[in-house]
Amino acid sequence: MYMLELKDLTKTFGGLTAVGDVNFNVEKDSISGLIGPNGAGKTTIFNLITGVYKVSSGNIIFNGMDITDKKPYIIAGSGITRTFQNIRLFKKLTVYENVLTACHHNANYSLVDSVLRLPRFRKQEKQLNEQAAELIEIMGLDDRKDLIANNLPYGLQRRLEIARALALMPKLLLLDEPAAGMNPDETEQLMKLISEIREKFNLTILIIEHHMDLIMGVCENIMVLNFGLKIAEGTPRDVQNDRSVIEAYLGVEG
Amino acid sequence: MSKEYLLGILTLAGINLMTVLGLSLLTGFTGLFSFGHAGFMAIGGYTAAMMTVNFHWPFIPALLAGGLAAALVSAVIGKVTLNLKGDYFCIATLGFGEAIRLVLDNVQYFGGARGWPGVPYYTNIWNVLLINVVAVIALANLIRSRHGRNMIAVREEELASQIIGINVFKYKMISLMISAGFAGIAGGMMGHYMTFLQPKMFSLVKSTELTIIVIFGGLGSISGSVLGALVLTSLPEILRAFYEWRLVFYGLAVIFIMISRPEGLMGGYELTPSSMKKLYRNLMSKRKGGFQSIGGGK
Repeated sequence: MYMLELKDLTKTFGGLTAVGDVNFNVEKDSISGLIGPNGAGKTTIFNLITGVYKVSSGNIIFNGMDITDKKPYIIAGSGITRTFQNIRLFKKLTVYENVLTACHHNANYSLVDSVLRLPRFRKQEKQLNEQAAELIEIMGLDDRKDLIANNLPYGLQRRLEIARALALMPKLLLLDEPAAGMNPDETEQLMKLISEIREKFNLTILIIEHHMDLIMGVCENIMVLNFGLKIAEGTPRDVQNDRSVIEAYLGVEG
Repeated sequence: MSKEYLLGILTLAGINLMTVLGLSLLTGFTGLFSFGHAGFMAIGGYTAAMMTVNFHWPFIPALLAGGLAAALVSAVIGKVTLNLKGDYFCIATLGFGEAIRLVLDNVQYFGGARGWPGVPYYTNIWNVLLINVVAVIALANLIRSRHGRNMIAVREEELASQIIGINVFKYKMISLMISAGFAGIAGGMMGHYMTFLQPKMFSLVKSTELTIIVIFGGLGSISGSVLGALVLTSLPEILRAFYEWRLVFYGLAVIFIMISRPEGLMGGYELTPSSMKKLYRNLMSKRKGGFQSIGGGK
């Protein structure tokens, strides 16, 4: 069974087809890549999967369950989460608070429990704090956990966004240009991190990226989009030698 | 200045504070601005008065009935307006507040625009104090829980909140209902303090005053709201000696705070026993050994 299946997925904005009849399957425990020139519809696909946009036609199947047009928080609760191209942290909160907030899904105490500080609140709150501390340590943000998120260096903000996503204990993680604005050194570290967290958290990962070394280095399966249409799919080697992909990036000869 | 006069000002400050606490949750912690909370006070005030005058309920259950009525009305309003983006919610609350006032102007059962005299005098400084202490503790506990953190997340970044599985609509709704409930209880206390209710008491000016207190005290700070309510309720009274100018001073004070501290008196900070200890320790070590502790804070 596939972790994620896109079936004839289409999104139109008025007369413009941003994503047209895309079919794509993401294998369980794999790292897949989504590439294409600017405006190809990559982020739109992420927005469709996470329920931020309404699907025009087609279906999204996650873990055998139809999640088409479900509300974003329900999709997140069922095990899909993501990071954003333009980082969206809770900017004024500390690193620790960012992660702790995202841990909320692993507790179920009620409003009354929290107002009266009942035992259930104390017990679960302790677990949440332990979980957040552990996650921050794994992600190497330990020494900066009391910093305001907005004051973190750029690379660490990206790292924090991934940490926050992991707090949900997702099954599928969508990374939208995680290496944007990073130098080759930082990109290298990020590649290592992505492989590490996949092992540690049993994740399936789907990445949008323009850094070809990153995509070719970590992805097992790649889909190439151009103008909302899928033009190629396959292993990094297949895709690199595909004629239509080269044309999409470099233009047609003659 | 007589003792009764001082206690009277404190009681009024406490009544304002009750609404401000609720509004602080809505505006300061959830990021929704309201210009209609006087409307919720009106609903609570008239409901509580109806309970004590017509049904002879005791004071506290009547207050709770007032709070509940306000919360229920807010749920209906929230249902239709909380999905609106940005400032539209704010405009909707403004319309609601005025609508409530105009409806009450025309309900003869409650005395219409002439008002409703003869509400029993039940509110005093002690029950106001007690209710406020309970409210502050409840609010502080709520904010330092996953529910409170989710509300703050909604304030900070709505889209990211959804992506980490927070039901944004639900948390806005909870926040609105609690804040309306607080306002309803405050309205009940007000009616039973003035022994008189009139729709004019709950005008847009009142709503604006409440929101100003929250911003003045600092968004996202309960202690700021307490401080703001005390200062801004008593300021007009302190300035009564030059009564022609007191509204000018009031306005200048607010403008001065907004320019010198745009985040409000306490924006984002809380006065708690532990934070005061820390402040004290920092001050002491500064005196002894220079400035090395600044910025460390641990």
